[in-house]
Amino acid sequence: MAAEAAPKLNRKDFVADQDVRWCPGCGDYSILANVQRVMPELGVPRENIVFISGIGCSSRFPYYMNTYGFHTIHGRAPAFATGAKAANPDLSVWVVTGDGDGLSIGGNHLLHTIRRNLDIQILLFNNRVYGLTKGQYSPTSELGMRTKSSPHGSIDHPIDPISFALGCGATFVARTIDVDAPHLQQVLRRAHQHKGTSFVEILQNCPVFNDGVFSEVEDRKTRSESALVLEQGKPLTFGSAGRLKGIVMQNGLPQIIELADDDDPVERGVVVHDERQEMRSYASALATLKRPDFPVPVGVIREVEKPCYEEMLVGQVNAATEQNGRGDLKDLLNSGDTWEVS
Amino acid sequence: MTTKSVLKIDDVAIRFAGDSGDGMQLTGTKFTDETALAGNDLSTYPDFPAEIRAPAGTMAGVSGYQIHFSSKDIHTPADKVDLLVAFNPAALRANVEDVRSQGMVIINGEAFTKKALVRAGYSEDPLPDLTTRFNLVEIPLTSLNREALQGLALSQREVDRCKNFFALGLLCWLYQRPMEATERWLKGKFKDDVLEGNLRTLRAGHAFGETTELFPTHYTIPSAKIEAGTYRNITGNTALAWGIVAAGEQMNNPVFLGAYPITPASEVLHEVARHRNFGVKTFQAEDEIAAASATIGAAFAGQLAVTISSGPGFILKQEAIGLAVMVELPLVAINVQRAGPATGSPTKTEQGDLLAAIFGRHSQSPVPVLAPASPGDCFHTILEAFKLAVDFMTPVVVLSDGYLANSAEPWQIPDIDSLPRKPVSFAKAEDAENFQPYSRNSETLARPWAIPGTPGLEHRIGGLTKEDISGNIVYGPENHQHMVDLRAEKIARIANAIPPAEVEGPHSGELLVIGWGGTRGAITAAIEEARENGQEVSQVHLRHLNPFPSNLGEVLNRFDNILCPELNEGQLSMLLRSRYLVDVQPFSKIAGQPFKVSEIFERIDAILNQKD
Ligand SMILES: Cc1ncc(C[n+]2csc(CCOP(=O)(O)OP(=O)(O)O)c2C)c(N)n1
Ligand code: SF4
Ligand SMILES: [Mg+2]
Repeated sequence: MAAEAAPKLNRKDFVADQDVRWCPGCGDYSILANVQRVMPELGVPRENIVFISGIGCSSRFPYYMNTYGFHTIHGRAPAFATGAKAANPDLSVWVVTGDGDGLSIGGNHLLHTIRRNLDIQILLFNNRVYGLTKGQYSPTSELGMRTKSSPHGSIDHPIDPISFALGCGATFVARTIDVDAPHLQQVLRRAHQHKGTSFVEILQNCPVFNDGVFSEVEDRKTRSESALVLEQGKPLTFGSAGRLKGIVMQNGLPQIIELADDDDPVERGVVVHDERQEMRSYASALATLKRPDFPVPVGVIREVEKPCYEEMLVGQVNAATEQNGRGDLKDLLNSGDTWEVS
Repeated sequence: MTTKSVLKIDDVAIRFAGDSGDGMQLTGTKFTDETALAGNDLSTYPDFPAEIRAPAGTMAGVSGYQIHFSSKDIHTPADKVDLLVAFNPAALRANVEDVRSQGMVIINGEAFTKKALVRAGYSEDPLPDLTTRFNLVEIPLTSLNREALQGLALSQREVDRCKNFFALGLLCWLYQRPMEATERWLKGKFKDDVLEGNLRTLRAGHAFGETTELFPTHYTIPSAKIEAGTYRNITGNTALAWGIVAAGEQMNNPVFLGAYPITPASEVLHEVARHRNFGVKTFQAEDEIAAASATIGAAFAGQLAVTISSGPGFILKQEAIGLAVMVELPLVAINVQRAGPATGSPTKTEQGDLLAAIFGRHSQSPVPVLAPASPGDCFHTILEAFKLAVDFMTPVVVLSDGYLANSAEPWQIPDIDSLPRKPVSFAKAEDAENFQPYSRNSETLARPWAIPGTPGLEHRIGGLTKEDISGNIVYGPENHQHMVDLRAEKIARIANAIPPAEVEGPHSGELLVIGWGGTRGAITAAIEEARENGQEVSQVHLRHLNPFPSNLGEVLNRFDNILCPELNEGQLSMLLRSRYLVDVQPFSKIAGQPFKVSEIFERIDAILNQKD
């Protein structure tokens, strides 16, 4: 609607005039290019788009977007975004954070922002390492990962961002891959469409400090075996012709079965993906699927509806104004017991 | 009925003390309201326990409310009280040493059982000894109240809960206070038998004073000479909250308050949250870091942003405030200081966070710092803080304290038209052509406030070192030095926008007493006492702690001695000494209590007598 009047924008309109300073080959480049590609399609006037980030390689993102942008402090971007969105609900607010920024120092803010369900998008670039500080293990690093700060191997059990978001009551949870342009774009569009907090984990390669952690799903040749591409209403199948497999539930636990090419997966009991399932247990079960035993689910894992914080906040302001009339400062200062001195 | 004599007196201080469940704060506030309506000047000091429900009858659970009222100008809740009402032995034990010699102590005799004495920590009956030192009046409060409420459909507990109003009625008689405001308040608050019970016992207490032999005299305190106008009682916390609401009105822009609950600042969040019909938004964050961060996010999006906390929470906000310094966004950060370090004494007062406010962030991170001097002054200080924040595009810290937060004083309600009024202005889409996010106002050095939603002004801000004017990231040494200097200069220029330091008393001489914030009342009272003694003393009380008023150095140099009383270990003294190279004499107190007038007076006296 508003976009009709405005001149049509293209990708270039979203490219800022600053040099991009990520290492060559960094997955962040691909994410940036795809975000810039999707922006003109959203129908949001550019001046209403705000990118807010914390600190980390990933959090440099706003500087490269020709929109409003705010590079804040380590871990707190969701809180800054909360204030901006609550202040002006017309803004399209995008948070960019990393696995360290979002799940370590900023875990608390991520939790509470997701639970409040403001209508914003949170993109968590997960490279399973602290990139900017030169390669320490992060909250998503695998047990045993050797880094400069864990020369004997990490002894921290990793957290799964998707399970975390689901546990916080996220109304939109998705996972995508830095280099899978069509998939990434599709997920971004869906995240934007969703009314409420959209949490998107983007698997991102850091060629310098954690090269290849996601190579199985990033590499087109191995992707069909190692990624479970979720589509609403479609059975959970993966693999290629001749080697098709499906996910079934046995005793409440996911299991893999082999499928013949001419099998009807649904008849064979393969679970049909339902992102709109209100019960969180289905999405939580999906989130437990991990390599090497299972393929990694990518796509929209869950989308449900809940009232948004900023709408309720504005609703309260409006209701109070309707009920008591617009506040009057003189009346306020003179309320209660007063007396005259002459 | 006996006729009682009426004695005219000028000045009284009383204290109600009881268990935290006895309603002492309520009794005190109602007595305060009646006293204000009687036209006296007054000052109050509530002192309540940190524990929400400490065991009944113990010292930990004692809650007190002190009020000082007078036919003259007064500045403090008074060092000693003339009358103490103690509802139980613990209340007596915790408070009796604050009663002046031969002052009156009214106790509820029925509460002084053996068991209660033990629970209060008395190993023997204290009353025989106290009778020699005070005018001890024992009344059977519990049964007098029960008698008055006979026949009402109330449980024994509900009946006993009314007894504070018996005491209130008695004191209203004793000091000839009206009771209409209390009755009106009761009628608005309660109904049926609970209302009837409270009204009856209030009136019974009054009648008891009139008829009993225990009080041969009652008192009248003529009204004080006060500037004409409309008045109300106000606490510092209410004044902060209303200042926040008023800022939105006067600057014609919605307010966003982000906070995380903490004593003694939470009430401000509560009070502002009640006024959503002014368009104010309140956000109870998950912690103080989020509170400050969300607030800065709201400022970025164009709202009048304010965050409030007390010491521990204020410290958590420092990194975010540093970011606001860097990105030059307007923000008001209020710290209602309390006694620390760590959790310290949450309900007790202190001025320990001055240096933390000025220097407590990493690197060179200058912010203006203001401090209100009285409960009512909190209102005006907030308005000024917002104005400076917006005019200079900077975070501003306001340092209130636990004493100001809860104390009440009569406050002349300002005429709205007399309040500063200046709608905020944002950078406009029409200026997109030449827009530079870090361009400067030549006078204030402020950068433009360009908010999302404005076409053509899309820009990025952030914590990385920025190039002046363009706001692009650059790391060069010259630019870094330039930007550090620029931010410092911007804050220094605020000295041009604030009034010069005003000297109260002679403009030069032997002794200047300089203070800041909530200690003004005690310092002023001590100086008045010294003057009555024939001593010559001058006073400067600072609202602006950073930058200092431009004439301050010159003022300090005109005095032989400078005394600086503070509720910390000499933080303002340290600043004045290093900045102006003058021999400021610190006077510290860190007891969780405000200064007593006598403490400051004795210092003044000592300095003026030392030279011979
Ligand atoms: C308060 C604070 N503590 C520590 C740092 C240092 N620091 C900057 S980024 C970072 C980790 C970033 O990791 P991640 O969020 O995974 O981002 P990535 O660089 O991997 O994209 C750390 C520890 C900081 N900037 N601020
Ligand atoms: S360190 Fe890793 S994450 Fe950071 S820019 Fe380089 S490649 Fe990318
Ligand atoms: Mg990382």
